[in-house]
Amino acid sequence: MSLDSPLPPAGPPPPAGPQVGADEWVAREAHRREYLPSWLGRAQRQAERVGWWPRLALAGLAAAALPLIGLGGFQLQVGIDALVVALLAVGLNITVGWTGLLDLGYVAFFGCGAYGFALVSSGQVGANGIHLPSYLSIPLVMLATAALGVLVGLPSRRLVGDYLAIVTLFFGEAFVEFTNNVAPNTLGGPNGIVGIDPISVFGHPITSNTGYYLLLVVVLVVTMAVLRLLEFSRTGRAWRAVREDPLAAGSMTIPVDRVKLMAFAFGAAVAALAGSIFAAQQISVFPTDFDTPFLILIYAGLILGGAGSIAGAATGALLIMVIYDGLLRSPTDSGYLFYGLILLTLVVKLRPWRRLGLVLGATLALGFAVHAIAAAISARAVAGSLSSTGWIGSALRDWVIVPANAATAGNWGFVALVCLLIALVQVSSRTRTILLPPTLYLAAFVWETRLSVEPAVTRQLLIGAILIVMMNARPQGLLGQRRVEAIT
Amino acid sequence: MGFFFQELVNGITTGALYSLVALGFSMVYGVLKLLNFAHGDLYMVGAYVGFFVIQWFGGPSALTISVPLLLLIMFVLAGGLVGGLGVAIERFAYRPLRDAPRIAPLITAIGISFFLENAALLLFGAQFRVYNTADFISLSSGITIGSVTIDSVQIMVLVLGLVLTVGLRELVNRTKLGKQMRAVAADREAAEMMGINVNFTIAATFFLGSALAGVAGVMGGLLFNQVTPTIGFIVGLKAFTAAVVGGIGSLPGAMLGGLLIGVAESMITGYISSTFTNLFVFALLIVVMLVRPSGLLGRAQLQKV
Repeated sequence: MSLDSPLPPAGPPPPAGPQVGADEWVAREAHRREYLPSWLGRAQRQAERVGWWPRLALAGLAAAALPLIGLGGFQLQVGIDALVVALLAVGLNITVGWTGLLDLGYVAFFGCGAYGFALVSSGQVGANGIHLPSYLSIPLVMLATAALGVLVGLPSRRLVGDYLAIVTLFFGEAFVEFTNNVAPNTLGGPNGIVGIDPISVFGHPITSNTGYYLLLVVVLVVTMAVLRLLEFSRTGRAWRAVREDPLAAGSMTIPVDRVKLMAFAFGAAVAALAGSIFAAQQISVFPTDFDTPFLILIYAGLILGGAGSIAGAATGALLIMVIYDGLLRSPTDSGYLFYGLILLTLVVKLRPWRRLGLVLGATLALGFAVHAIAAAISARAVAGSLSSTGWIGSALRDWVIVPANAATAGNWGFVALVCLLIALVQVSSRTRTILLPPTLYLAAFVWETRLSVEPAVTRQLLIGAILIVMMNARPQGLLGQRRVEAIT
Repeated sequence: MGFFFQELVNGITTGALYSLVALGFSMVYGVLKLLNFAHGDLYMVGAYVGFFVIQWFGGPSALTISVPLLLLIMFVLAGGLVGGLGVAIERFAYRPLRDAPRIAPLITAIGISFFLENAALLLFGAQFRVYNTADFISLSSGITIGSVTIDSVQIMVLVLGLVLTVGLRELVNRTKLGKQMRAVAADREAAEMMGINVNFTIAATFFLGSALAGVAGVMGGLLFNQVTPTIGFIVGLKAFTAAVVGGIGSLPGAMLGGLLIGVAESMITGYISSTFTNLFVFALLIVVMLVRPSGLLGRAQLQKV
């Protein structure tokens, strides 16, 4: 053994595993964060360095600037509705996203807020009515609804998961029944409450839609900021701990029951805030404003954006409302949306380029072939007219067949399309490529004959489809982060 | 007193229908621990299948085949098609989520319910479709005891409901498939290790449960005459209530719950007011949930750690 001892044996480098103290799963997740390739990834990393509040402020300013550049009339109304739903989704995120309690009666809290505000700021109660100033009435309504939230949340202490969903669902249903049938002199029954006072800010009543739009932007930004601060507070961390494992959270001395009730109360308060502004802006409230389809709409927004993320909830809700309320109302816009989305999905999802070209080419050829054959067999098979107009309409004229009895054919096409779509998910990649052209063609056919004709139904179908597809394909939503699940 | 018994009979008939829907609901909950919100909409699809079978054979007033044969075709077709639909839904939407957090399949189920309802709206329109049962089954041909009349449709619903319930009980308790179902319900992983084909068992459960809902849909069409895309939601809620009141996952409980809800509903409509029926049913559910969360016949579950 010599004095100049050799270097220590060149063993394997120390494992790049979790650091001491960092949870193994968390470390691995952070390590595996996926970034987009090339410069996009660098931009993503840079964007992540910007703190949350400059981003929120920037988004708020951009939203507030929209009316200045000529957003008006109908578009402004869509914007207001979208902001209300975004506020609701952000509030729902507290119970569903953070605490993991499936609250299916959430829309009733919204309704309670709206009705509560309506009762204390209209001529409905008593001889002259109650007309509280809004700086008093809104906090009052929020407090009352939060108390109601605690009351509805009480069963959550005993009921696990699904049972809570049922009780809250029935609470939501009961609310609609209640406002429809009970105390018609006070609550107005199906006729609702009309003539609600506007909200006053610093003594100035807001009467214009632009005013309500700006108010909603401010309220949404402030709510998001408050919730963001709450998210990483003791309470926020307790919520997420309860979501992951109530039993473990309890043994870590988190007061599980109280934390759950707090989630309900906070969610209900946000909903009441949204309800008050909604009631003041609409000047009237009706029981039908608070039915189940609206609840599902809020859920769709939350799920699309990503449950558990504030930014995700707001973005998802805004996106879904702009599509649902804005684009799908006009046939031209909905046509752009439909064909644009299909093309975009194909371009993003189909690789390599050869395969994409093949599928698109085959679809085009298939369309022209089908149209030519159908026209040669019977003139009636192409006698109908496309529902798309403009350049999409003229481009598709010789491609999509529209038979004389478009509605019936479209119905069968719809059934076949749903079957094909289900089949597409189940089969192997090669068969999928073969099945894609007929599916795409059938989709265009059904769109032209049926879906585009009935936009009211189509947008509801879209909401249902979003819930199903998102839960299966990307449960963390567009902006959420994939959660690490302990499998039990 | 005659009025009371008449309401009781009506209530039991409606209750039998709710029981059938609740049975399927409870079965699915048993094996998958999933509240299948889409179950009520399967009832609606069944009702539409029955309606189109009547139309196919010439419409209610000019039937081209005999009435028993028509009824048989209606029930078999509705059961088969809706059962198939249930299996397709399970395969497409629920199977990928079997190990996902509990909230994911629930939200998917809500989405499916919404999708089915609106697909029916797209395909069949929002207008009322009418069975016109009275045109081909004479309502007077029933049993009259004192002042209580049980018409033939009610008798059929009661008998068929009883037969199906007993049949289902025998199937679950006596056959190999039933044994597999119970095993999967008790512990899916353990069942799989014992060589039970879990996927097949769950699919079979979905088929049976959905088929019951489809048959109940035809019954509902015959009883209430009217079919719209939205009937599924409210019947689904009632069946829900029935299953939960009886103890979710328990088949006798679902039956008992269905009958209870049916009778309670008919009594409230008869003696108090029809506007408050739904409110009372919902209140009943919430009270049962608070007082006895495991339902009347359900067993309280211990939480595994």
